[in-house]
Amino acid sequence: MKEDVKIRIRNLTKVFYQKGESVTALDNVTLDILDGEFVCLVGPSGCGKTTLLRILADLEQPSAGGYEIATEKEDRPLQSMVFQERGVIPWLTVRDNVAFGLEMRKLPKKVVKERTDYYLEKTGLMAFADRFPKELSGGMKQRVGIARAFANDPEILLMDEPFAALDEQNKFILQEELLQIWAETRKTVLFITHSIDEALLLSDRILLMSAQPGRISEEIRVAAPRPRAMEAIRADPDIAEQFVRVLKHLQDEVQRSRG
Amino acid sequence: MASDHNPVAVERAEWKKRQMKERMKQLLTVSSPIFMLLLWEVLSRTAVLDPRFFPPPTAILETFWNLAASGELLTHIGVSLYRIFGGFLLGVIPGVIIGLLMGLYSPIRHFVQPIVMAIMPIPTLALLPIIIILFGIGDLSKVVTIAGSVFFPVVINTAAGVMNIDPIHMDLAKNYGADSKDYFLKIAFPGALPVMLEGIQMGQAIALLTIVAAEMMGSVSGIGFLIWTSYKAFLLQEMYVGLILISFFGYLFSLLLRGLQRKILRWR
Repeated sequence: MKEDVKIRIRNLTKVFYQKGESVTALDNVTLDILDGEFVCLVGPSGCGKTTLLRILADLEQPSAGGYEIATEKEDRPLQSMVFQERGVIPWLTVRDNVAFGLEMRKLPKKVVKERTDYYLEKTGLMAFADRFPKELSGGMKQRVGIARAFANDPEILLMDEPFAALDEQNKFILQEELLQIWAETRKTVLFITHSIDEALLLSDRILLMSAQPGRISEEIRVAAPRPRAMEAIRADPDIAEQFVRVLKHLQDEVQRSRG
Repeated sequence: MASDHNPVAVERAEWKKRQMKERMKQLLTVSSPIFMLLLWEVLSRTAVLDPRFFPPPTAILETFWNLAASGELLTHIGVSLYRIFGGFLLGVIPGVIIGLLMGLYSPIRHFVQPIVMAIMPIPTLALLPIIIILFGIGDLSKVVTIAGSVFFPVVINTAAGVMNIDPIHMDLAKNYGADSKDYFLKIAFPGALPVMLEGIQMGQAIALLTIVAAEMMGSVSGIGFLIWTSYKAFLLQEMYVGLILISFFGYLFSLLLRGLQRKILRWR
């Protein structure tokens, strides 16, 4: 396994200030994520995990500190984000949604079509290529978001609770599909979730966050071998133990923020 | 016993009942204008309604044919339609462009909004004397009057349409590296279209209201002129021909715009 650092975050701080009141969403976060690593960020609502992701996505500017994403290829975008279900643009067809990043980068038509076709096929969306998103189920919409991000071939992938709105069965299916596509490219992924199961299934490393100020309070390595399947993960006693550990941490966090 | 029945047959009977109800509703929609015209005809013929003020529809229809045969009517219709279309385009195009800019760039919005809000309540018709002084009594003054009335609902709805776009789409465009041209054409314009088209629909209705009034003052042709001169000469049948023409075109334009809306907004 490559041991190069892909995302280097140093003393990252974000303060939201309004009418004399300030909230520290991120407090001095320092973190290295390795090349090809799948990292899940888990924490209670309002712990700053979305803020961290939005800063890496260049949608928000840090108040202090900074980050660096190592580049491998010149013509690659730094990062692409998989948004929540609403992120699919309703007035573009499935094909145009998947091709969106490539079109914005003004790549040659042939390249756009090739890459779009590849990921439409990969995600089982080919039959829906010319439909509008309103005709798709929630799971299918989320496949559009995943296909769009992978087709863009970025240095790193950012995912903002992409499966939060799905029902349990669809969630399992999409999680395994995501793992398959990911295994092919081995991109570095930073994935936000509320679900402990999801984090244990997907990630190499889980970062637990605490709220106000937002800090990374603990990290857990998930050693289960890949490729992973939900059944095997559920049956693994080590994983069961880690589940309880994460659960305890989150409960303590919620208690503390109430107290 | 009910349980002996074929369940499909039961449901088919239910389905037929629902179909009958649907057809009944359609029938009501079609029959309501016919019913109203018949009632009017009867009341007018029996002089319950004074036929001098409310001539029976058949008499109006006869006047319509006479006016049409003389070619006079066609001239009026042509002139008015030309003014309506001209004014409509002259109002809609700047309305859409300024509305998009207002929705996208908040400094522009904050600067333009007070001006729009202050001018909007003034009826364009009240400005007609000034417009006639500036643009003469020809077509141009009517076109400008209509453009002025159409502009406001379009500009306001377009700006509101842009601001209604889910911010996640803006984030997405930014995250995937859209430049300002792509942002304008792929996100702001199509995203604002549904609300914008509602504004255009409103503008169309206002254009028809405005043309009649604009042609009543300082004009020698058009449907409004026909209505006004007929009224002044107490030729009420001719006046009703003009009123019915306005009603017809208003209905027609609404249907056309609705059709267009359905076609453009297939993604909804």
